[in-house]
Order: sequence, then C-alpha cells, then structure tokens
Amino acid sequence: MAKNNNAPITGDYVTINIGPSHPAMHGTLRVVCKTDGETIVEAIPEIGYLHRGVEKLGENLTYHQFIPITDRLNYCSAIANNVAYEKAVEKLLGIEIPEKAKLIRVIMKELARIADHQVCVGILGVDLGAFTPFFYLIIQREEIYDIFEWYNGARLTNTFGRIGGVNADLPEIFHTKWPKLKDTIRKANDETDKLLTHNRIWMDRTIGVNPFSPEDALEYGFTGPCLRATGVKRDLRKDEPYYFYNQFDFEVPVGKHGDVFDRYYVRLIEMEESIKIIDQAYTMYKELPPDAPLMAKVPKIIKPPEGEIYSAIESPNGELGFFIKSDGTDKPYRIKIRPPCYMVYQAFPELVKGEMIADTIACLSSLNIIAGELDR
Amino acid sequence: MGLKEKVQDLLGNDILDIVEYRGDLTIEVPKSKNVKVLKALKEVEGLQFDFLVDIVGVDNSALYEKKKAKKKKPKGDEEAEEKEPVKEGPPPPRFEVVYLLLALSTNERLRVKIRVSEDDLEVDSITGLWRGANWPEREVYDMFGIRFKGHPNLKRLLMWEGFPAHPLRKDYPLEGQGEQRDFDDCRFF
Repeated sequence: MAKNNNAPITGDYVTINIGPSHPAMHGTLRVVCKTDGETIVEAIPEIGYLHRGVEKLGENLTYHQFIPITDRLNYCSAIANNVAYEKAVEKLLGIEIPEKAKLIRVIMKELARIADHQVCVGILGVDLGAFTPFFYLIIQREEIYDIFEWYNGARLTNTFGRIGGVNADLPEIFHTKWPKLKDTIRKANDETDKLLTHNRIWMDRTIGVNPFSPEDALEYGFTGPCLRATGVKRDLRKDEPYYFYNQFDFEVPVGKHGDVFDRYYVRLIEMEESIKIIDQAYTMYKELPPDAPLMAKVPKIIKPPEGEIYSAIESPNGELGFFIKSDGTDKPYRIKIRPPCYMVYQAFPELVKGEMIADTIACLSSLNIIAGELDR
Repeated sequence: MGLKEKVQDLLGNDILDIVEYRGDLTIEVPKSKNVKVLKALKEVEGLQFDFLVDIVGVDNSALYEKKKAKKKKPKGDEEAEEKEPVKEGPPPPRFEVVYLLLALSTNERLRVKIRVSEDDLEVDSITGLWRGANWPEREVYDMFGIRFKGHPNLKRLLMWEGFPAHPLRKDYPLEGQGEQRDFDDCRFF
C-alpha cells in the first residue's frame, strides 16, 4: 500500500484513537489519527503512559543501585542498557576494565542484539499477518534467554555486570550451546528470509511504505537500524569503537530507501554480523587464561569526582547514551538517558502522513519503539 | 589543531567557559547567543557539528546549596562570616541547558551549555536548526519549566497537560505530591 496521493480530500475527517492499550501498539503507545477514509491526514503520538521517573529515581539511588533500573528501559535487550550505563560510570570514574570483562560484555551484548532483532522482525511479521516466522525466531530467542538465565538467573531483566567489570564468567552452558546455537539461529533467519523477503504479499506491504530520506533522518536524530536503512553508514561500533570492536571483522549493512522493508532487512543481516562478532570475541576469550581478572579495582562506595560526561554505545535500536553529572557524592546529581527510539518516534507524524491506517502499524513495528525506553 | 583551539578560534569572545573532562569538551556560551553559536557550529567548514544528539536540562540549586554549606562550615570565626555577604553578589543561575552535539564527518563530540536563571526562564528555541529538537525541548520544558521561544508546539511531553509542577526540579519530592490526572486533556482535534 503505497502513498495514496490521489485520494480526494473531502474535509470530512474522522478521528481515530489507537492505544494506549491495544495489541498492535507495543505496550503503551497512543496515537490519535485524523483520517480521511483509510488515509491518515494527521497523526499525533502521545507518550508518557509508561513514565516511571527513571531519571528522578537515579538521582536518589547510588551508582550501583541504579543498574537494575536500567534493565527496565529497553526490556527486549536489557544487557545493552546495563553495559551502556556501566560504561558511562566507568568513564566518569576514569577506570579501564579488564580484557576478559570487555569480551564477556561484547559477547552478551551481541547476544542481546540478536534477541532484540528477533523480536522486532518477528513482531513486524505478526503485525502484518505473517505469523509463522515469529515462532521460528522466538524459539531461538528462548535458547539465548537460557544462556542469560544461566548467567545470573533472570531472563528479561538481567542486571548484567557491575561497575568496573562483570560479576561472573561466561556460564558453562554457553560453551556447550553456542556452536550449535549459532547454526540454529542462522537457520531460523534463513527460514524467515525465505518466508518473507521475496514473498509477494510481504513486498507489497513493506516496499515503499513510509520511506524516509537520509537528510530528514539525520535532522531528526535517527540512529541505529532506522538510520542505516536510509543509507547512512553510521554505527558507533565502527565510528567510535569501544571495547574490541575495532579488531573485529564485520560489516555494517545499509539500506537505500529507508522504508519498512529496508528496516526489516537491515535487522535481518545485522543478526548474522552479530554472530560473526560473537565468534571472534569467543576466540579471543578462549586465548585468555581462565583465571584472568573480571573486575577492575573499584572502591566499594563509588564517589566519582565532580564533573559531567556523556558516553554512548550502539544498542540494538541505535545510540543509547547516558549523560551523568556528579557532585562528588555517592549518588549521581543528574542522569539523562538518551534513548534511541525517543528521537526516532518524534518523526512518526511525518512518517505516516498520507499512509493507510494499516501501514501505521507496520511503521511502528519496524521502528521498534519500546515504551519502556521511550518514556523512561 | 585540536578541537578546543578550533572552537575557540571560531567563537572567540562568545565562550564564557571551556572545560575538558575525561576527553569530553564542554563550552559555555551566553544564553542569548545559543542559536547563533549552534548555527555557527553546525555550518562552519571544518567543524560541522551537524547532528543534535540530545538536549539536557539540569537544576543546579541543590549543588549551590551544598557548596554554600561547605564554605561556611570550616570557617567558624567571625571574620569569615563577615566576608560572606560581600562575596555572594547575585545568585548564580539556577538551571543549565546542555546541547549535545556530534560531528558526523569526524565523530567529534561537543557540549554547549547555557545557564538560565529563575527570573528569566525563556530560551530561544533551536527547532529552526534541527527539527529533531522538538521533543527534547518539550521534555526540558516539562521537567524544568524552561520555556523555549519560537517552539512550534511547546506542550508537556511525558507528564500530562495540566500537571502542576516540574518534576525533575530538585525541590520536587521523589514520591510526588499526589497529583491526579482528570483525563479532560485527552482530546486532540
């Protein structure tokens, strides 16, 4: 369903309220649409239904106590949030974490990226009526969650790592599971690719649906897969490499038109690249002695000197940054989270203007808006 | 030439303060010149901070209070107490607005800071430079009450319209004040 520019504007508009409690609205998103028949004339997103005051909470908790709160940002890939926050505090303290901790973080973060993309691609299929690929992908995600569960007990809200390193070595199950798991993930991705990519209905529903130009995307502050789908090759893992990302050999997939199809396809390819990264990180990990340190020397009570920093990582959705201002006490003076889908979602009215109502749902899914991260 | 020199070269006297901390460069500029400075940083060849990452509001009132209390404590004698009022002068501006910028071509990051005093909570909007500044400015307004002049739609973002306070200010209690939404504001058209 491409842009319906020929539809006559009658001026007889109907207002439709979608959400905040609606199965296709990914949690608690609400969009009020002014429609002319099936065409959207204007869409206004209202956010804040999942606002829990995470930043205010952060000002009243110590640096360590805030780690579990970051799980609740993007709950599809909690590990990426944990790593982003810990990296920011480590920058504030000016400490370097041990090599082994870096590699474990890379491995777990890339696993979280795969899990996040699987959910996004799977749900996009479900929202457009393709139910089967969802199961292929979700079974594999469950296997990844098994690894997380063996790491420290939680499946969704992992509270991974500590400030200054990680609390535990890779779980035993990772060593036995990973060689087989990567093949099954690849197989599931292949199945999805076969079922969707060249499917006539899928192509009709996704190709050319709410395209976005790279100039607009950059002006709106897009990052991550949504930006790469428009053709801008930007990935913090390549551009501002942290940990060992400059030593790994991987590609940054880019799209061309920035439409739903490109966003879907970029994510599908990124999963393969993540598998490559994990393999390389695992090889480096195995070369390290088994008793290599996991934690840097960190004082028990963290009191960073006065100052402010901004640190960002490439989370599955894009640039996830933490701005932390310290006043020299054991609690942060101000924490500002820069969630990737916050900046993406503000372009939503522009993205869906003139599209069909059904395409709004496709657009929302392909942007991968996570309410927990959006509202904080 | 490093980034610091380049920025100093370009902006010259507009820079009130320049801080480098853990590799992050922050410059402070006068409140009235924020649009001019950001426009220059965005467009001048060689710098091109063309990507707005985010806008952060900070309430510094608790920080000033703490510093004041600290200053008084060690000096118990009368002499110091006499000196205190002379030193104080006008109180420092309560709020800060920090613009996080990024240059896509060089991957350099820069923070531009302006200070906003409580008597004059009006700042020029930069939505004319980046359309993406829309929601971040709304959030700063929502959380701190700083108004942005020229913003196309300056409404609350995360809290509901009609919420009586600005929750990220330091004098707002963590547990809230028992505000309740009356859902009269749910209509848009």
